Amino acid sequence: MKNTKILFLISVVLIFGINLLSDYINSYYYQIIIYAGINIILATSLNLINGYAGQFSLGHAGFMAIGAYLSASISTYFAPSLLSIFGDAVIGKAIWFILVLFIGGVGASIVGVIVGVPSLRLKGDYLAITTLGFGEIIRVVIQNLDIIGASQGFRGIYVYDNGVKSLEMIPELSGITYKFYSIPQYTDFFWAFLVVAIIIFSITNLIRSTYGRGFIAVKDDEIAAEAMGINTTKFKVTAFVLGAFFAGVAGGLYSHFVQYINPEDFNFLRSIEIVVMVILGGMGSTIGVVFAAIILTILPELLRDVQQYRMIIYALLIIIMMLVRPQGLFGIKLQKKKKITPEQPPKATLKD
Amino acid sequence: MTEFIQQLFNGLSLGSIYALIALGYTMIYGILRFINFAHGDVFMIGAFSGYYLGIVFAFSTSGGFTSLALAFLILIGAMAICSVLGLVIEKLAYKPLRKSPKLTILITAIGVSLFLEYTGQLVFGADPKSFPTLLENKPIVNLSGAVIGSNPLVVLITAAILMLVLRMIVMKTKIGTAMRAVSFNPTAASLMGININAVISFTFIIGSSLAGAAGILYGLNYPSIDPLMGILPGIKAFVAAVLGGIGNIPGAALGGMIIGIIETFVTGYISPTFRDAIAFGILILILLFKPTGLLGKKEVEKV
Repeated sequence: MKNTKILFLISVVLIFGINLLSDYINSYYYQIIIYAGINIILATSLNLINGYAGQFSLGHAGFMAIGAYLSASISTYFAPSLLSIFGDAVIGKAIWFILVLFIGGVGASIVGVIVGVPSLRLKGDYLAITTLGFGEIIRVVIQNLDIIGASQGFRGIYVYDNGVKSLEMIPELSGITYKFYSIPQYTDFFWAFLVVAIIIFSITNLIRSTYGRGFIAVKDDEIAAEAMGINTTKFKVTAFVLGAFFAGVAGGLYSHFVQYINPEDFNFLRSIEIVVMVILGGMGSTIGVVFAAIILTILPELLRDVQQYRMIIYALLIIIMMLVRPQGLFGIKLQKKKKITPEQPPKATLKD
Repeated sequence: MTEFIQQLFNGLSLGSIYALIALGYTMIYGILRFINFAHGDVFMIGAFSGYYLGIVFAFSTSGGFTSLALAFLILIGAMAICSVLGLVIEKLAYKPLRKSPKLTILITAIGVSLFLEYTGQLVFGADPKSFPTLLENKPIVNLSGAVIGSNPLVVLITAAILMLVLRMIVMKTKIGTAMRAVSFNPTAASLMGININAVISFTFIIGSSLAGAAGILYGLNYPSIDPLMGILPGIKAFVAAVLGGIGNIPGAALGGMIIGIIETFVTGYISPTFRDAIAFGILILILLFKPTGLLGKKEVEKV
């Protein structure tokens, strides 16, 4: 475990160092790099649910939406008081940003519990379509919430001196001074990749721990795991909630980067995109999923000329992958129970 | 009261379309124990087949076709196209995976679904097209004064006939008996000399042709079609199949009707914005309280 800690510290220092160079990067490339970071977080967090715990979820974009909207609305609606508490300095902004990201993540994970407890009693196809349903319900609810812009999207709020807060300018208050608080652009290379480092570090350590083996046991054979005394429901919900938390944080990073969010950013296709990253990388392989997330962020940019083929390519990628290499590029093979043949003696022998 | 009857009638008409799609889901589930996610897109292809057949036939309408015969011809054409499509999907994508873990087949089905949707967007164009008016929609006034359209009535009757035919095939014919046998126990069925692959192919043909018919009927009722139109009706029909008890044929028909009626009432009396979320709400409730569905039987998982 010591090695991963050192590795983690080194990567944090590296991320900080690279961040200092970010001014020299072309802004178009910079944007792609940030998106890659956010996609890595989304894909690795979904990989915990779909890959390690084997619970196929199709609603990850919903959790991302909650994190994005929650953190963005706190950053705007409470902007005056947050400014007076934390000030305008770098440290103050950092605390502010950590705070809203954390709240976004917690909000998403609370919804994760609400969604997970009932739906994780289901398996396979049912779970997939139920999570898809929850993801859509979240989107429909946001689309009907006027306080965060409903289907118009959310950019920020106008705060008038008499205390009125509004999404649009109000003509009747034209005499009163106001200030527009947009969603602040706090996400930069450092924050995005700090979260990437944290999630990779914590998921790797979690899966290697005794506790984390429980997830894999649940995936491999639920009945056997239960017979061994593993509380399968608890493990499934834990994976789901952890995944939702990081998706919420990724949503917060996203909204604090693009500064404009719309319910349509978090539709079913977004969930599918994340699922494709996990499938391509290989369910249950963090490194594979990280690579897949990077590839699938860059690929659409390279395919800009043939944009209309993008989803077809994705679809074919999924089908061919499943037919030829269902375990993904780097994944652990999904397989049915192996039969132990009597000719083979057990390999491990006890010495003592 | 008259409004209530109108809503009920529209709900039944919409529900009969969902029921036709749900039948495909439930039959394929009954035989293969997996959800064919691409089924909603077969429905979309059905509607587009009707669109293009309508354009082609429109040139020959002067040749003495009555519009009812023309509509019937287009219905049969779309059903044929969809059954071929269903067969091809089964042979190319699902058959090689028959022994794979369920998750692999599920992901493949999602892939097939996306492929059909976006190939559709490329080939047909992403913007909505107006479905040809196959039959004129005449208002019919019944005794209580409620006004109902003739097209929804045609939809309801056609769907009912198709469901009766399906019932006859499944219960009375040899292949239908084989389907029930495979659904009951595939291993035993194959030991009795039933060609499992043939039965699976036949199931896909029947299920997909029903989805194709649903596509035409949908176009008749709601004449705006686009390549992504299959997603929501597909999911709602799936919910209908689960509601009725997946794998159960009368259950799918019942579930479709219930979903159609609830959706129409929610749209009419509460708010149209929640129209699409309501199906998911029903799904979640049914899975929580009666996961076997209204008419389904409980299955015990064997170790």
